[in-house]
Amino acid sequence: MTDLIDDDPGTGGNAPEFTVSEISGAVKRMIEGEFSHVRVRGEVGRVSRPRSGHIYLDLKDERSVLSGVIWKGVAARLATQPEEGLEVIAVGRLTTFPGQSKYQIVIEDIRPAGVGALMAMLEKRKKMLEAEGLFDPARKKPLPYLPEVIGVVTSPSGAVIRDILHRLRDRFPRKVLIWPVAVQGEKCASEVARAIEGFNRLTPGGSLPRPDLLIVARGGGSLEDLWGFNEEIVARAAAASEIPLISAVGHETDTTLIDFVADRRAPTPTAAAELAVPVRMELLAWVDNQGARLSRSLSQGVTLRQQRLRDLSRALPRPEAIVETQNQRLDYASERLRNALVAVAQRKRLRLIEASASLRPSALQGFLRDKRQRVGQIADSMALGVKRGLRNGQRDLDRLGGRLVPGRIARETQIRARDLDRLSRRLSDVGKGQVSGWRDRIDGLERLRQTLGYTETLRRGYAVVRGNGEVVTTREAAAGARDLEIEFADGKLAATGIAGPVRTRRKDEPPEQGSLF
Amino acid sequence: MSEKKTSEMSFEEAMRELESVVSQLESGDVELEASIKLYERGAELKKRCEQKLKEAEEKVAAITLDESGQPKGTTPVEGL
Repeated sequence: MTDLIDDDPGTGGNAPEFTVSEISGAVKRMIEGEFSHVRVRGEVGRVSRPRSGHIYLDLKDERSVLSGVIWKGVAARLATQPEEGLEVIAVGRLTTFPGQSKYQIVIEDIRPAGVGALMAMLEKRKKMLEAEGLFDPARKKPLPYLPEVIGVVTSPSGAVIRDILHRLRDRFPRKVLIWPVAVQGEKCASEVARAIEGFNRLTPGGSLPRPDLLIVARGGGSLEDLWGFNEEIVARAAAASEIPLISAVGHETDTTLIDFVADRRAPTPTAAAELAVPVRMELLAWVDNQGARLSRSLSQGVTLRQQRLRDLSRALPRPEAIVETQNQRLDYASERLRNALVAVAQRKRLRLIEASASLRPSALQGFLRDKRQRVGQIADSMALGVKRGLRNGQRDLDRLGGRLVPGRIARETQIRARDLDRLSRRLSDVGKGQVSGWRDRIDGLERLRQTLGYTETLRRGYAVVRGNGEVVTTREAAAGARDLEIEFADGKLAATGIAGPVRTRRKDEPPEQGSLF
Repeated sequence: MSEKKTSEMSFEEAMRELESVVSQLESGDVELEASIKLYERGAELKKRCEQKLKEAEEKVAAITLDESGQPKGTTPVEGL
């Protein structure tokens, strides 16, 4: 005991002792137990987004800084991404990080706090949608002149729908379909967007008829109250609407995002009704006026034409006056025509009579007789001419025949025959001489051939030995041969099995002799 | 001129054509036959316009929604 007291000189005696880990663990338990769900308001300081997908940021106010982390899964869900300078309210739990003696907030939700924060975000959205071209004036559709059905997206109770219906009733009562929505709070944006899309999905003329015109309306309120109409989904739904859309959100000074994408913006719900329909009474008056102008201009047209017709007809001459002279000319001409016809017929008849008078059968017969006589004469002279031609031809033939003499031809033939005999004899003599010359030469050559041949040698006592059909010249070949045969000058002798040196030697000789020649 | 049936025309279409018919007729350089035709057409268009103006009936209904937020019918709205 005394040892312990001595070792612990400065501090109070019985305070328990912790290890670093023990105290860190205790702090961790305490903080996580005490601050398991807190809302913290502050300005976003430095934000870092490593590739892990988690977001690390600082929340700060004038005096302090609190480190924060948003895990990847939460970060993806966030409606508003934190950015430096944005005033936010973060919801989450505190935790410590014992390895570095630090604590931080693990954020589960983070959203802008306050008007300044909202305005800044609104500006950013506006820029983004504008860059996408959603505010382009060319996108804006014209409103129908007189819509049959008007769809109103608003709260079913309240002054707004009443104002719209009153003004419509005053101007031009129409069919109105109200799509009830929450006009503020969490659900506002999603309900308004769904209402706009839902109206566009209806079919024209169905049991739920598709409106020709949409009005999205809300009364005035704070920026937070109107915030739903600044949400991106609302702006995109309004931009995508095929039905022309009028926005009437808040008072004239309040401008929300939907006003930029709407086809028309009305400063108030009442003004929206005025944009929606014309005034019926004015139109009735206009139609009456058009009807009156129609009738007036038609009757005026007729009156003008009547007047012109009268004027013109006064200037026209009497029709009888135009016809009278012509009538007279016609009478005169028709009278002359009849006379002229009669005269022409009489003249023609007279000429016919004259012509037919000279036309008699006797004259024709005389003419025929003359022609026949002439044909007879021509035939007679033709026969005489033919006979004369024949006679002349005969005479010419006789004269030519007398000049043809056979003796001269025979003499010529004898001379030619003698020449032929002479030539034939010469040819025969020459031929015989040639042939006997050739025969002498052949005999000489034959004699030479016989002295040169081996048969002459045989006659001088030599013989040829053959074995197996071949000439045998050596003893060795003769001994090996099976069928020996000896040829003498007067014939051949088979010498099978005979062997003798003398014979073989003699057999060798003829070739030696032969080679001497 | 497109001879669309007036019974198929919207108020605006009928109005536009009536306007053009009247100004043609008033110009006075239309032949008599044609001007009578124009007048008849104009009278029909006027009738159509009047008919559409007479159809000015107020009918207000609110859409009722099911649990998923889809329209399922309407209820009449009175007294607004």
